[in-house]
Amino acid sequence: MSAPAATSLPPGAARPVVSLRGVSKRFSNGTLALSSMSMDIRRGEFVSLLGPSGCGKSTALRIVAGLGQPSEGTVDWPASRIGRNGRPDADIGFVFQEPTLMPWKPVFDNAFLPLRLKGVSKAQARDTVMAALETVGLEDFARAYPRELSGGMRMRVSIARALVTEPKLLLMDEPFGALDEITRQKLNDDVLRLWHEKGLTVVFVTHSVFEAAYLSSRIAVMGARPGRVVSDMALASPAGRERDAGFRSSDAYGELCRHVSQALAGAMYAPRGAEAA
Amino acid sequence: MVALADDAPAANRSESAPGANRDRLMRIAVPAAMLALTLLAWEAYVRLNGVPPYILPAPSLVAATLVKDWATLWPALLVTLQITFSALILALVGGSALAILLVQSRWVELALYPYAVILQVTPIVAIAPLILVYVPSTQGAIMICAFLVAFFPILSNMVQGLKSVDHNLLNLYDLYGASRWQQLRMLKLPAALPYFMAGLKIGGGLSLIAAVVAEFAAGSAGAGSGLAFRLLESQYRMNIPRLFAALVLLSATGVAIFAFTSLVSWLSLRRWHESALSREN
Repeated sequence: MSAPAATSLPPGAARPVVSLRGVSKRFSNGTLALSSMSMDIRRGEFVSLLGPSGCGKSTALRIVAGLGQPSEGTVDWPASRIGRNGRPDADIGFVFQEPTLMPWKPVFDNAFLPLRLKGVSKAQARDTVMAALETVGLEDFARAYPRELSGGMRMRVSIARALVTEPKLLLMDEPFGALDEITRQKLNDDVLRLWHEKGLTVVFVTHSVFEAAYLSSRIAVMGARPGRVVSDMALASPAGRERDAGFRSSDAYGELCRHVSQALAGAMYAPRGAEAA
Repeated sequence: MVALADDAPAANRSESAPGANRDRLMRIAVPAAMLALTLLAWEAYVRLNGVPPYILPAPSLVAATLVKDWATLWPALLVTLQITFSALILALVGGSALAILLVQSRWVELALYPYAVILQVTPIVAIAPLILVYVPSTQGAIMICAFLVAFFPILSNMVQGLKSVDHNLLNLYDLYGASRWQQLRMLKLPAALPYFMAGLKIGGGLSLIAAVVAEFAAGSAGAGSGLAFRLLESQYRMNIPRLFAALVLLSATGVAIFAFTSLVSWLSLRRWHESALSREN
């Protein structure tokens, strides 16, 4: 599978950040969650994994993160050093479906966690953690406890925590699925801005066509039973979109959503084994 | 980026509503008035019907006995308190330590958990005579009984707590390469704290009850020791007012332990756990 060249790939993009080769996952109950997925994630891409529930998109993301081993196939990190634990060193940030914060710790300590686990002292980490909180607009809430925050703010803490190690790759597993539409749109803009400003590489799991179309520079549409990539579409770069208030109501966006919807419909009703290249 | 208005903190910590003070006053006044009424009715019943003190002493007589026999009751109370608290502390340390050990490995859990259950389900009164035979000091034997009773709720609560950690938080710790020790200290133990506190509250009450029951079982072997012994002794001598006085002291001790453990629980959970927060709708 090779994606058509996108319009604005950054230099050095030839070497993928992570490369999946024939990755399959069969759970202990026999379900084949993911069937022979091959994909290269290049630097600077915003890749969405879009598909119905049960298509293995979260499974794929977890395998990339090293949470669970593939039953078959390999995950390579051509551009990273591999740490002692067999994972790329400090290269992954992960945002879960829920905020997944420690309720007994204030916001600062929650965002500080990844650094603390690496043995960085609180004094040394203070500036980095505060900077991460600032990028998500929560610098004034460092002492608040998670329960004192709204759902959207908790999610932002989670994003700040994922960014605090300055990861090369940010993995997001349906992060805004439980939020209301307005908060979700705002956070979509935030993520796009961070992606653009920090030159992140993002893999974003979603089941929303609109979200995927708004955010992505590339969409991998997945089908279920067994989970597999059905089509891999390169789109125009979403850079700067978050500053264009009119984009969400533009014809271009509408056209994009229609296009992605059709691909998704194709994926959901495609016969097995009919994966597009 | 500026946090917008609809993104403001969900909860407001200030609660200076005018109703709050009245509510607090009611919470003290109502039970206090009820208690006073009950005592008054009791006193009136005893006096009006001329009930002899060896059947039912009036509250005023019980209070007088409490003062008069203080020299006998106070040392007994100290003994009971000492047994109760040393048993509770042992149970807290032992229960938590065993719980940590049990969740480390499934093998250890399979091997050891049945013994914990057997110790728990066997009535303490039934084992007490045996322990009294084996352990040279009566005080020590009583303490072991109290320990055995308080131990299990703490163990089972801790095991439950250590196992109920949010799976995604565990994944997160894995992702950042946390060691087992870091995971235990920074994630599992804090997450288990509410469960530990529930165990503490149950264990605190149980260790007092078990101390009393064990002392009953010890009978005359525990001569001159705790409150339970004084209670039995008063019964033999038909000194019912003193029996009531000892009973009052035991109840007061139980209430104090409950208040103390509730306070500890509230202090440690008030910032974050739902159980320690007041609901605002």
